[in-house]
Formats: sequence, C-alpha cells, structure tokens
Amino acid sequence: MTIESYNDITDTQYDALQEIGSIGAGNASTALSNMLNKKVTMSRPKVMMVDLAKLSDLIGGPEEPIVGILITLDGSIKGMMMFAMTQASGRRLANLVIGQDTENMRFNDIDKSALKEIGNIITGAYMNSISMMTGFNIISSVPHLAFDMAASILSVPAIEFGKMGDKALLIDSSFDEAADDIDGYFIMIPDLESYDKIISKLGL
Amino acid sequence: MGKRIRVGMADLNICSAPDSIITLGLGSCVGIILYDRVSKKCGMLHAMLPDSTKIRNNGLRAKFVDTGLEDLLAMLEKEGVRRSSLVAKVAGGATMFNFSSSSEISGIGDRNVDAARECLKKYNISIIAEDTGKDYGRTVEFYPETGKFEIRAVGRDVTFI
Repeated sequence: MTIESYNDITDTQYDALQEIGSIGAGNASTALSNMLNKKVTMSRPKVMMVDLAKLSDLIGGPEEPIVGILITLDGSIKGMMMFAMTQASGRRLANLVIGQDTENMRFNDIDKSALKEIGNIITGAYMNSISMMTGFNIISSVPHLAFDMAASILSVPAIEFGKMGDKALLIDSSFDEAADDIDGYFIMIPDLESYDKIISKLGL
Repeated sequence: MGKRIRVGMADLNICSAPDSIITLGLGSCVGIILYDRVSKKCGMLHAMLPDSTKIRNNGLRAKFVDTGLEDLLAMLEKEGVRRSSLVAKVAGGATMFNFSSSSEISGIGDRNVDAARECLKKYNISIIAEDTGKDYGRTVEFYPETGKFEIRAVGRDVTFI
C-alpha cells in the first residue's frame, strides 16, 4: 500500500517497526558491549508516534541541553537518523568510552569523537536491522554532532517529518551499564518513498 | 507583570500588553512577530517549513510560513489591528548541523527566513529587526508593551532586538 503520511500507520506496521527497533537495540548493545568490553544492555525499545508539537518536550523539556548525533542516509533508503540524549547522558557515555570520570559539562574534541563513534555504532546497528529485514543496501554519512537546547536540535528531524505529516516516529531506548543509566532517543526518518519501500518489502 | 503566552512548534497566537509571548528553543524553524505599536497588540508564528504549496500534507497551516502568516494576520485583523500599521521582527532559521555539502536539510533554516522576508514583503509589512541564521538555537520572547524582542541562547549574552 502507499502511505500518504506517517499519520496513517497501522498496528501491523507499528509492530514491524517495533521489531526493527528491538533487533536494532540488540545489535547496538552487542556492539557497545564489545567496544567497551563490559556488558551493556538495552531495554526493549518503545516505538512512539509523537505529535510534532510535543517532540521537543520529550527529552527533559524544550530548553534542556542535549546532544544530537545526526546521520544522513543514501542508497536504497534515503532520509536521516538521529540519536539524541541529555548532555548528562552524553557525558556518561563519553566517560565510558574514554575510561574517565569527570562531570565537566564542556565536551572537548576527544569527548566529541567518542560520541560520534557511539552514534555510528547505534545508528549502524539500527541500519543493519533494517537492511537485514528488507535486503536494502543503505549508505550512511559520517556522524554530525550538535550541542544545544532540545527543541532547537529536534527541530531538524521535526522539519523532515513535517514534510510528510504532523507526527514523528521515534524509538525510546535506554542503556543499562551497571548503575549508570543512559537514556537516549533514536529517531528514524526515512523519506516517504523509502518508508513505503520498507513497508512493502516487509509485506505489510 | 502580565501573563506569558507560549507558542509551540508549528503554532501561532496573539498577545496584548502587558502580556508577553514566547517560544522556546527555535532551531531551524523561524519565529515571526507581527506588531502594532499603537494598540500594543502582537502575534507570533513559529513555522517549520517555507511553503505549503510544495507539500502534499499541508493541513496544519501554522506549520508553514505562507499559510501561518495568512492566519496570524487574519487573527490580528479580527482584533481590530490594521495591516498597514504592522511591523515585523524575525528570529531563528539556524543551521543546527553543519554538513559539508549544501544539502536540502542544511539549507532549511535559510529558506525559512527567505520565505518570511518574501511573504512579509508581499503584505507590505517591513521587518524592523532580525536575528537569524548562524548555528545555534534561540529562545525568543516578545513584549508588546515595549516592542522589545528578547533573544536567549546557550552560552551567549541575552540580546534585545
């Protein structure tokens, strides 16, 4: 079927997205565990359709300082992916990768490359799960990083969703590594044509 | 002190002194203020996209600069404000992620600001102040009592335009 906008997603399609999310999360936690050499688990991700106007309230409120890692997609599937988390979570993730313990909220170049690497791993894991389920070849850009207010950073995916409808599709995923809780949102934004392709390939 | 009226993303509203009108964390979206100095009435639009005619799914009119401004003008005129006495202030339209290539995505902030300028010109409303572009988000609040437009950004001094 052809989908006019994201507003028209059915329950079955929703389940398929949830499945993509679960496999993606599984891949991501394995990749992170290997990289950090310690067990990182990810809770079963929640797929959500959110009104565009409410998107910026999700991660601690519109003015909450967050980190956004954005990757653009090309190949059979076009669009973008974003992994967003509070800067506090970003700090903990960077610390884990670098093996340091600081609460300094200024991110230096090493922190930034650590976060980009994490972004690569997480978005790559989700991309592989989509590739696996659909057989599509997806090419991703290098990760782009931004630190700013939640509403400002989320305006970028919101605008892309805005071209197609009034809702945004996102996957809420949280990592558990010992006591450190790292909560992040994975936002998948295939363009409408690519979304159609994914859905029809999954036979929905 | 008046009330503070909040405008969300793809949203618009009007406000009169002594109240103020605010939108939080404008990124690539554009915030447009229409202001009548005499009656001290104003309106704010927080639009996400430049042009409703380019998009199939365009039911939510405040999402676009063109249809949003049309509706905001209608609301103000219903309040007795004359179009000829309105001036505009524009903020936002940042490029939040810096891509090396000039892609569709990275240019959206600029295109939103361009659309705002064009649309306002069409209505013969002059822009008397602007804080647009660059690469950071802005929280903006307008006070119709004084006509001041307050711009706040992370790690920067507060400015009034």
